[in-house]
Amino acid sequence: MSEMIEKLQFYFTFPFVRYAMIVGLLIALCSSLLGVTLVLKRFSFIGDGLSHVAFGAMAVAIVAGLTEKMIIILPVTVISAILLLRTGQDTKIKGDAAVAMISVGALAVGYMLINLFSKSANVAGDVCSTLFGSTSILTLTKGEVWLCIGMALVVITVFVLFYNKIFAVTFDESFAKATGVKANAYNLMIAVITALIIVLAMNLVGSLLISALIIFPSLSAMRLFKSFKGVIVCSALISVICAAAGILVSILFSTPVGSTIVSADIFVFVIFSVVSLFVRRT
Amino acid sequence: MSEQIICSGVSLGYEGNAVVQELEFTVSGGDYLCILGENGSGKSTLIKALLGLKSVMSGKIDWVGGLKPNEIGYLPQQTVVQRDFPATVKEIVLSGCLSKCGLRPFYSKEQKELAEKNMKQLGITELKKRCYRELSGGQQQRVLLARALCATSRLLLLDEPVTGLDPKAQTDFYELISKLNTEGITVIMVSHDVHAAVRYASHILHIGSSKQLFFGTKDDYLNSRAGKLFLAEGDETNE
Repeated sequence: MSEMIEKLQFYFTFPFVRYAMIVGLLIALCSSLLGVTLVLKRFSFIGDGLSHVAFGAMAVAIVAGLTEKMIIILPVTVISAILLLRTGQDTKIKGDAAVAMISVGALAVGYMLINLFSKSANVAGDVCSTLFGSTSILTLTKGEVWLCIGMALVVITVFVLFYNKIFAVTFDESFAKATGVKANAYNLMIAVITALIIVLAMNLVGSLLISALIIFPSLSAMRLFKSFKGVIVCSALISVICAAAGILVSILFSTPVGSTIVSADIFVFVIFSVVSLFVRRT
Repeated sequence: MSEQIICSGVSLGYEGNAVVQELEFTVSGGDYLCILGENGSGKSTLIKALLGLKSVMSGKIDWVGGLKPNEIGYLPQQTVVQRDFPATVKEIVLSGCLSKCGLRPFYSKEQKELAEKNMKQLGITELKKRCYRELSGGQQQRVLLARALCATSRLLLLDEPVTGLDPKAQTDFYELISKLNTEGITVIMVSHDVHAAVRYASHILHIGSSKQLFFGTKDDYLNSRAGKLFLAEGDETNE
């Protein structure tokens, strides 16, 4: 045990490990806050779709040889989020079909671009780390950490300030609209914030595993808690604790960061599901 | 009492195709208007228009007597999302006050008191901390009604509120609405339950396929051709 602690202490003397921890916890917190709303609005797959769009955008950025990849990734993802949300209201292509279409489309085109035009010798490695985030969280620069802290602050502030409105729009959009609440504006806000979080989270767990970060903590919390506030607080706690545990375990046993965090989330979900069975029976 | 809504020559529809044409009716303060009609007759479209969620194709809906469209207490049909929503009764009722908040992020003390008052009025104070998804259908409708009352004290618009309730709960709910109506709230209810309509409502608006069949008081409706036909049909389907 003490050996493990020494090992951890040793690792935490490196700034990049501390950066990874800070960024990891912030992203976990933000994604779980919005996750509850997304799951309840039946938008779980928007996270997945957007993350694939972000992957496609990243491929374009790599091919274009940009050093600041965010310049392309962020706007493209935000715009797709807005478009996806609008098609959700349109009936020509149903919401889930639109998400699925954009999601696999972006993935395929992104992979093709990297394969055809990348100058890097290790194409498979590049793609793998973008999809599963295996190493990128350990190569964060100080600037990226500050960017992440800033965006996390924005997300948390917006969420707290608009908490009641987000609740109303999630629970009953038609009532909210009927009583003069600008539901469409809030939906748009939710979409943009989701896009922000997904772009941030790509560094942590990679684009394939982001939905897990959004969905699992809120699903676990919904197993046990009965109030909206309870669910949100609980899912934030679960998410942060799982992220911390996942990062520590991955340092100690050199497992991939992203999948370790998601495994921790799945583990908690199973425990909560079992507990909820007993709670309901009594 | 004074008039609240005047609909004159209103036509409604989607993408240029009129679903219902030439609606003429007025709603006055304290009325209990029941909107009857078959499925697809444009009832829900009319509701959306009254709520200001959809614009009319021609004609106009006038709001008189200082009532604004966003002062309607609306009781929508339940959605799939709501059935397993993790929220307490109190959280849901309070969300009815949201339109009064404007840009303020949190609820004020008066709004919380209003929510308490409405929960008490509808007899759901003991359920306050219960989870919405664990309640019975009748209780859920009361919760949504309490929320609607938080949004207004003047006009309630109910969209087929008793669908899915058992007969006892249906009667309870109709009685409750009736009581609120006698206390001075205008009620507009969409329904296809013609018997309950003629029992509780003061006015009837009957929409047939694409045109208005009847508008007037309940007593006139019972003597009208449309009314007699529809009541007879209702009897047949009930048997």
